[in-house]
Amino acid sequence: MRITQGTFSYLPDFTDEQIKAEVQYCLDNGWAIAVEHTDDPHPRNVYWDMYGLPMFDLKDPAAIMLEINGCRKTFPRRYIKVSGYDSRYGRQTTALSFIVNRPPEEPGFRLDRQEFNDRSIKYTLHPYATEKPVGQRYE
Amino acid sequence: MSDVRAVSATPPATSPAPAGPVAVDLSAAYHGSNIEHVLEELEGELVGLAPVKRRIREIAALLLIARLREEQGLTTEKPTLHMSFTGRPGTGKTTVALQMAKILQQLGYVRKGHLVVATRDDLVGQYVGHTAPKTKEVIKRAMGGVLFIDEAYYLYRPENERDYGQEAIEMLLQSMENQRDDLVVILAGYKERMDTFFQSNPGFHSRVGHHIDFPDYSLDELMAIADLMVRRQHYAFDQPSRAAFGEYVALRMRQPHFANARSVRNALDRIKLRQANRLIARGGIVSREDLARIDAADVRASRVFATGTDDTTDE
Repeated sequence: MRITQGTFSYLPDFTDEQIKAEVQYCLDNGWAIAVEHTDDPHPRNVYWDMYGLPMFDLKDPAAIMLEINGCRKTFPRRYIKVSGYDSRYGRQTTALSFIVNRPPEEPGFRLDRQEFNDRSIKYTLHPYATEKPVGQRYE
Repeated sequence: MSDVRAVSATPPATSPAPAGPVAVDLSAAYHGSNIEHVLEELEGELVGLAPVKRRIREIAALLLIARLREEQGLTTEKPTLHMSFTGRPGTGKTTVALQMAKILQQLGYVRKGHLVVATRDDLVGQYVGHTAPKTKEVIKRAMGGVLFIDEAYYLYRPENERDYGQEAIEMLLQSMENQRDDLVVILAGYKERMDTFFQSNPGFHSRVGHHIDFPDYSLDELMAIADLMVRRQHYAFDQPSRAAFGEYVALRMRQPHFANARSVRNALDRIKLRQANRLIARGGIVSREDLARIDAADVRASRVFATGTDDTTDE
């Protein structure tokens, strides 16, 4: 099951050229760019690991591509996303983020039902990938 | 995949005929690239430096032709763009590097055309594991533009084999090779020391395509520079003060630590200081002309005249 999230979740995966163009847009806006990765595909997982430091005063997307490719090389089978952070007063939030790398096979989710009092049911999304410990998923 | 795209993208970029000899209007390409403007700026702003200007024209011509050849499908190896600028202080290396960045941008060899100036301190770290991220940071900042490494020979310290400079050198070499599309490196410094630096780091020597030597300025050229600076700052020499400044420069040139145009600029800064003090001391009403004029006394008050040969400071 193909995981989607972030700004361009409805589009097919970007090519490197398209990633560069988006990164250029972030740079033009003066947003700080970070490369993050994770092997926990749950949509509520907001704590991704940062690859290197966030990048501030860069001029050219090639430098960010260098980091993205570095991250892809280190974690070829993890989710990697690029985020642009708008630090302007009044916004101070992630302005844009999109996935640039995903594992070749994504096993997807199972729906767990938990019986509760009065015949009510609670639902949980259980990613199959997280059945293995961190670092061994998607291997 | 990339091949297919390259082939399908080329024809509209050049002319409709896919095969056979295709003519290109060279002068149109020359004017179209806007490079003429930058070269004229170089010619007009920089006094002297005839060999440097000639080399830069040559390089610009080479790059323009290389680009036209590429458009015509005459694939050649991408020209090496890394350069070394050698010369004594104040001979305009940084200024020319700025112009070079513009030229490269006009010709489409770098995307942004900004200049990042770095010295050993910016590249080499203090402890183990500090150098690589530091160097990488600078390289990343310079991507899409030109990385200007001033006094590059300080990177290499043969007397200390555990010096971290070697690590920075290796990283630089790697990105000079692998990120050739994204980064142009210009190394600068004194001629003799750069020569030894290249000898002990053959990797650099083979990756640097153009060696440009900046000659020292002659007295006349330094005076022309002074005139230019004075005019640009809306001051004016009169006849005696210009003569006095000529004497000053002639004396100063023989002293140690003479830094060509930079020494001229510093001398002018001090002359402006003395002029201001003279006007304040005199008081009363000053005319517009008084505010602009540099008096011979402002120049002659310099210590260079008093002692003949001065102490080592740049006074």
